[in-house]
Amino acid sequence: MKNDTTQEDPIISIRDVYKSFGDLHVLNGVDLDVYRGENVVVLGRSGTGKSVLIKIIVGLLQQDKGSVNVLGQEVSGLKGQELNALRRKIGFSFQNSALYDSMTVRENLEFPLVRNVANLTRAEINEQVESVLESVGLSQTINQVPSQLSGGQRKRIGIARTLILKPEIMLYDEPTAGLDPITCIEINELINEVKEKYQTTAIIITHDLTCARETGDRIAMLLDGQFLQTGTFDEVFASNEERVKSFYDYNFIQ
Amino acid sequence: MSAKQKEHVFTKNLDHALLSVYNGYKFFIRFFVEAFRGRMEFQELVKQCYAIGYKSLVLIGLTGFITGMVFTKQSRPSLAEFGATSWLPSLVSIAIVRALAALVTALISAGKVGSSIGAELGSMRVTEQIDAMEVSAINPFKFLVVTRVLASTITIPLLMFYCTLVGLMGAFLNVYLNEGTSAVAFIEKAFEQITFLDLGTSVAKAVAYGFTIGIVGCYQGYNATKGTEGVGKAANSSVVISMFLIFIEEVIIVQVSNYFRG
Repeated sequence: MKNDTTQEDPIISIRDVYKSFGDLHVLNGVDLDVYRGENVVVLGRSGTGKSVLIKIIVGLLQQDKGSVNVLGQEVSGLKGQELNALRRKIGFSFQNSALYDSMTVRENLEFPLVRNVANLTRAEINEQVESVLESVGLSQTINQVPSQLSGGQRKRIGIARTLILKPEIMLYDEPTAGLDPITCIEINELINEVKEKYQTTAIIITHDLTCARETGDRIAMLLDGQFLQTGTFDEVFASNEERVKSFYDYNFIQ
Repeated sequence: MSAKQKEHVFTKNLDHALLSVYNGYKFFIRFFVEAFRGRMEFQELVKQCYAIGYKSLVLIGLTGFITGMVFTKQSRPSLAEFGATSWLPSLVSIAIVRALAALVTALISAGKVGSSIGAELGSMRVTEQIDAMEVSAINPFKFLVVTRVLASTITIPLLMFYCTLVGLMGAFLNVYLNEGTSAVAFIEKAFEQITFLDLGTSVAKAVAYGFTIGIVGCYQGYNATKGTEGVGKAANSSVVISMFLIFIEEVIIVQVSNYFRG
């Protein structure tokens, strides 16, 4: 599962990022580099700003201070077509999948494809939709609507919808939240398959230690708005930092 | 609550109200910018015209028919006192064309269409479906807001014409059953007093109402917050604010049309 990462220039570089919502200080000077081909897991308790961080990376939120550089571009400086061009290279898998309720699975997948890739024939659209559905193992659901799918299926379709634009970077927001243990294992496997097949670089936001261990090449532990520890899973949890140890102990006792 | 606390609450509410007005203004301007920029989502526009227009036909038809019939029935005794029941078709047609059809269509649509748009977009906002469009490099404003506002601006005037027609049919039925007036005589009398200014004013009203219902519903839904509570609030405020604005527009447009009437 673990790949050697190329330690060149980082393709995501986060420097001294601060973000507050009113009096609530969520990120307090966050620094992180992500290199091409690696899966970085951002681990931390709920409400520590993990999701806020990836929403800043994709330009859904603006940081109060600091710099976020993705694929050589400063995200906060991008607008309109430039921002859209960057977003086409980033796949974002939402915590609750965010599938379009009123559309079938086929329409959910076609929706970003036909609006971002010009001059596709009907046969090409069908081929790409079927191919990406097959890669998440859900070809049989093509004509179903999201309300007919299970939680795990919705997650997979959500990932398929991002993969249809063949992104370079994948951002997973709590990919295993609310799923049973067997489905969690399947989603972890899917994340690793996506990395192999589509050669993606990923940031995986989670508080699930099993997901972190199975999918992460590197773990970044976010506590109190700052990264306390970064390294491999074993390195992070060999730490003597009390808050890191308590997070680990608590999760495994649970 | 002390006087200082009351003052603080008042200032906070005033800030909130002013901010809402400013955000509403920005949303209104953005609609016109987005409407004329980039590719139009025609398929979604047609789908929304169908949802807003075709699916409201039964409700608008029933309400319009009952309005025409009841208005005729209620007006008869007053006219009968002066022996002027033959004026009923003219009276009813003036009332329906000048005021009732546009207002009834708008109020029914504000309830049905406005709440539906507010709830649908609100639900999409809180379940991150709108964010999902944005991160897929799709303009959600163009796809969701522009199409719905245009659809309601196009279909509500058509529904208003339909309501006028059905309302006059209700009035005719009542007149026919009571006075035995023929259809030809009813139509002649009904349209005798109707001018192009009346028709133009009705269309202007319906366009303004349609735009208002669409933009208010979209604004409330698109900016919904706080989960399911926010969805309910968006649906509710879409109806309340649209109805309030519709009555203000009614007063303004009637004043302007009366100015031209001389």
